[in-house]
Amino acid sequence: MELLCPAGSMPALKAAIEYGADAVYVGLKDETNARHFAGLNLDQAGLSEAARYVHQHGKKLHVAINTFAHADTFENWRRAVDMAVKAGADVLILADMAVLAYAADRYPKVELHLSVQASATNAAAIEFYKQFGVSRVVLPRVLSMNQVRAIARTTDIELEVFAFGSLCIMAEGRCYLSSYMTGESPNTAGACSPAKYVRWDEAEDGTLESRLNNILIDRFAPDETAGYPTLCKGRFKVGDDTYHALEEPTSLNTLSLLPELYKEGIASLKIEGRQRSPAYVAQITQVWRQAIDAVMANPEQFAVQEQWDHVLAGLSEGSQTTLGAYHRKWK
Amino acid sequence: MKFSLGAIQYFWPKQVVENFYQQAADSAVDIVYLGETVCSKRRELKFDDYMGIAHMLREAGKQVCLSTMTLLEAPSELRELRKYCDNGEFLVEANDVGAIPYLQEHKVPFVAGAAINCYNQHTLRKLMSLGMSRWVMPVELSRDWLAKLLQQPMVHDVRDCFEVEVFALGHMPLAWSGRCFTARSENRPKDQCELVCINYPEGRPVSSQDGQQVFVLNGIQTQSGSRYNLVNQLPNMDGLVDVVRLSPQLVGTFDWLEKFRANVAGGAPQKLDKNDSNGYWLALAGLVQQLD
Repeated sequence: MELLCPAGSMPALKAAIEYGADAVYVGLKDETNARHFAGLNLDQAGLSEAARYVHQHGKKLHVAINTFAHADTFENWRRAVDMAVKAGADVLILADMAVLAYAADRYPKVELHLSVQASATNAAAIEFYKQFGVSRVVLPRVLSMNQVRAIARTTDIELEVFAFGSLCIMAEGRCYLSSYMTGESPNTAGACSPAKYVRWDEAEDGTLESRLNNILIDRFAPDETAGYPTLCKGRFKVGDDTYHALEEPTSLNTLSLLPELYKEGIASLKIEGRQRSPAYVAQITQVWRQAIDAVMANPEQFAVQEQWDHVLAGLSEGSQTTLGAYHRKWK
Repeated sequence: MKFSLGAIQYFWPKQVVENFYQQAADSAVDIVYLGETVCSKRRELKFDDYMGIAHMLREAGKQVCLSTMTLLEAPSELRELRKYCDNGEFLVEANDVGAIPYLQEHKVPFVAGAAINCYNQHTLRKLMSLGMSRWVMPVELSRDWLAKLLQQPMVHDVRDCFEVEVFALGHMPLAWSGRCFTARSENRPKDQCELVCINYPEGRPVSSQDGQQVFVLNGIQTQSGSRYNLVNQLPNMDGLVDVVRLSPQLVGTFDWLEKFRANVAGGAPQKLDKNDSNGYWLALAGLVQQLD
């Protein structure tokens, strides 16, 4: 069972390797990946350096090229694939059928993984994507553990699941809420709730308002911790109630599911967070390394250590974690 | 230019659905999409009921297309999907790529729904090679995006082999989740939802704390808070769009059909409501309403 960690920079990548990642995933500094944030990701030289470093340590480099190519700039996606292969990437994480077809045709020996952005939530969709030669599918975070189990037992393809990090509550790759509010979505621009549309206003009574493209996402009393205005995690009004109508600001944490995921033969556990700091990546990686080693050594006796939960809670949105859709009650 | 009725997105009682389609049969609409596309727990109408309506509409001269579930998770949902794909008579709209292998088994053409991620000419050609005969553009794309895509030689050369359809009236489906937001809004777990969606035949509006309607909750689906309305954009769809889709609303759908038909060439523009939007088509944020 692989531990796959995020890196938005070389220091984060080095931290991931140092603390025990089996593989690291990165993106390029452009709109070809779904974490297209200012100051984040690698250029061509950085990508080559990343591949060298990872390979020196006997680990793998995955490159996410997982947005959907535009009609008039399709070349950019092709170039990203070429660049990643040339730099020595072990795996390409792709979502667009056109980019998948290009990579499969041009580089038949390079391992292709179906990005979560392709939104393959069922066995039939996975069958569909087999024609592109993908060897692994990253499952969206909308499935329950029962559904993950059902897929694991009906497909012969490797499965990767999200183990920890920001919780996307919508089927990824099919959520247009961000472009609805800002004009930019993960699919078209590689970002959800982009920072350039965020505004903070403080009222005289100390209330803090967060806005996205001028739309009020949340209001925080002076004693509340204010979180980033990811649009699906704001407090809105439904009927007479004001609450987190879609989702609380909380992080996904599947530590307690580890034995089940292991038992179902899940090939890889993915940690979300290419936008996070090297220190964050180091701490998260360390905890998950220990947990995976523990489950692999003795799955029957596995127990979540208090220390792990403590560290992960400290690194979570709103200091809260959830099993998300894996747990039926969440739904 | 043809007009279509998308599948009913909300959970309506059987009688309301049947009345709606009776009106559709008597209307000037060209194409009707039928079926449950949002939640497999909504079973007011079963597959055979939809087939009955499909036959009635076909006899009324409509092209009927069975529309499939968008977010498919459980094996039971795949079995239901197969029934739609195996129907043997009517065109099928695939709202998830999982439907495509089933349709290929029968070597039948299909419609690629708006939730299938087709953003460029290469993907479009790929879908055509698998049997796609009509492409419903993702809701977040603009006229400019469509024009650029259709100008690409590899698409331009085969432009007469597929139709382009655009969602043009109604609350847009913007996201699908494992969670049911309508059940959540009533503090019910999804497993014990009591099918409360039936109490919200137009969905449940969600507003920001300063009163702007931002979303509409429709079970596991989140819709745009605004009603997308491209009635005044019809003249600039000429040469790009073959089919204009109206999403069924509880009231006024067929009045709007007439308003749309009257304004194909721009002869009868309409005053938009305060809560209407047209931003996506104009390459702006989706919720924007740009005045003409």
